[in-house]
Amino acid sequence: MQKPSHQSRQWGDAVFRGLTLLAALVMVGLILVIALQLIKGSQPAFARFGLGFITGSRWDPVHGDFGSLPLVYGTVVSSLIALIIAVPLSLGIAIYLAELAPQRVRAPLSFLVELLAAIPSVVYGLWGIFVLVPWIRTSLEPFLHRFLGWLPFFQGTFYGFGMLAAGIILAIMITPTISAVSREVLLAVPVSQREAMLALGATRWETIKMAVLPYGRSGILGAVILGLGRAIGETMAVTMVIGNRPQVSPSVFELAQTIASIIANEFSEAFDDLHLSALVMAGLVLFIVTLLLNIIARLLVWRVARAPEGMSRE
Amino acid sequence: MDTRLMAEDFSAWYGQNQVVKNVTLPVFANQITAIIGPSGCGKSTFIRCLNRMHEVIPGTRTRGRVLLDGENIYANRVDPVEIRRRVGMVFQKPNPFPTMSIFDNVAAGLRLHGLPPGTTAEEVVKRCLKMVGLWNEVKDRLRDSGVSLSGGQQQRLCIARALAVEPEILLMDEPCSALDPVSTMKIEELIKELKERYTIVIVTHSMHQAARVADYTAFFLNGQLIEFGPTSAIFTNPRDQRTEDYITGRFG
Repeated sequence: MQKPSHQSRQWGDAVFRGLTLLAALVMVGLILVIALQLIKGSQPAFARFGLGFITGSRWDPVHGDFGSLPLVYGTVVSSLIALIIAVPLSLGIAIYLAELAPQRVRAPLSFLVELLAAIPSVVYGLWGIFVLVPWIRTSLEPFLHRFLGWLPFFQGTFYGFGMLAAGIILAIMITPTISAVSREVLLAVPVSQREAMLALGATRWETIKMAVLPYGRSGILGAVILGLGRAIGETMAVTMVIGNRPQVSPSVFELAQTIASIIANEFSEAFDDLHLSALVMAGLVLFIVTLLLNIIARLLVWRVARAPEGMSRE
Repeated sequence: MDTRLMAEDFSAWYGQNQVVKNVTLPVFANQITAIIGPSGCGKSTFIRCLNRMHEVIPGTRTRGRVLLDGENIYANRVDPVEIRRRVGMVFQKPNPFPTMSIFDNVAAGLRLHGLPPGTTAEEVVKRCLKMVGLWNEVKDRLRDSGVSLSGGQQQRLCIARALAVEPEILLMDEPCSALDPVSTMKIEELIKELKERYTIVIVTHSMHQAARVADYTAFFLNGQLIEFGPTSAIFTNPRDQRTEDYITGRFG
């Protein structure tokens, strides 16, 4: 075979660099286009409500009154409930799979967990309606009310549908993500760290608690953020179980609404321009909320990750 | 002389692969015992069997007895966690906990086992850092991360960490193999000082290191103990031809 000339090889380098640069620019361009489109589309609503759109607590398409506070509240609280349930559960799964499970069950169990992530969200929604919601109505809500009913979070009618159902279904949906990524993080912790702790006379659990988890904490935080991102943007399953009533209530038994699900719900029925524009602006708010959360998360990861970076001084 | 530790007809495996073969070896109190031999001779595996660290790797097994003050540490009801507290270990590469400060690295074992009565964590940490000669270098930066130190300092920190739980015996698995000559020299001096209070077993691939620090030397080859005796005898007057070939540099 003829050896390619030096010049043609350099040319290939330039082409390759150009192509990858193009791919990266497409990415940036897409984000800009989406942001611009959202801003443009939300102009009528912004002209009418200004920043009151964010603080307004009434969302009433019939009277043309749009405030997105209940939607932001529903989005944040349902995701928070999801995290409260999913984070400890996922960490347990990850620790078991990475540290404790016998070798022969690790692979099949890990596969099952990841399979959970591949189930379409509408299927989760159906399962939510037929299994989860009745169970919440007849068992979970009465139980919570009985023992924790003195808290404002667990009062009111037992609908089954509502904030709690949304939070639980989101928790189930993000658990595979968080646990799969956390498992990878734990597996990447060097053996030398485990051995250092074991050699001091630590038990297995002490080794995990004092050496493995601290070493992997920035990675685990990253996994949690990945899960949070999914929870905030999830639409279909949430719409099917949350009850779709935009309101701010401390009780998780109450019906609620999220930004993503209201857009999916009302877009096809929004005939007047103001309603349409309000929905686009809600999308913009979601865009900004997600952006802010990601920035905060990044900063957190950097802060936490700073310690292990000193390792390069070996 | 007191025998602190005694391996009797001891064997160890990785899966089907036997890497330590029927080794019988005494470790004398307050002496430094070096284990030398070419790569893959089983010396690191053997030292890890002396505090039951070998078994934390899946698929490994052992046979035989190791007596710590006359009691078999492989007996059924013995808790390996307790053995590892009594028989401390320092590893090849310095492995401080990166998320802990210098202080917390040394105090890590205290968090596991509690403080000796009548002492404070500050006292123990200071004493251990002084013992390894690190106190003056780090006393103003105890809150800094343990990995902000140089490699040699990190290894001394790891030794201090091991000493903080007051082990009776200290195992060192090639503690200088990742260090520069100056750091190596400091660690060797430290090992000689520690001998006053501790019984030390050190694995090394450097014959010179063994000759410099050890009172007794054991030569391993292909998982077998070929020869054991006072260091001077091993190096000046080896009884086995293979020992002589190794120390004169004919292989390894």
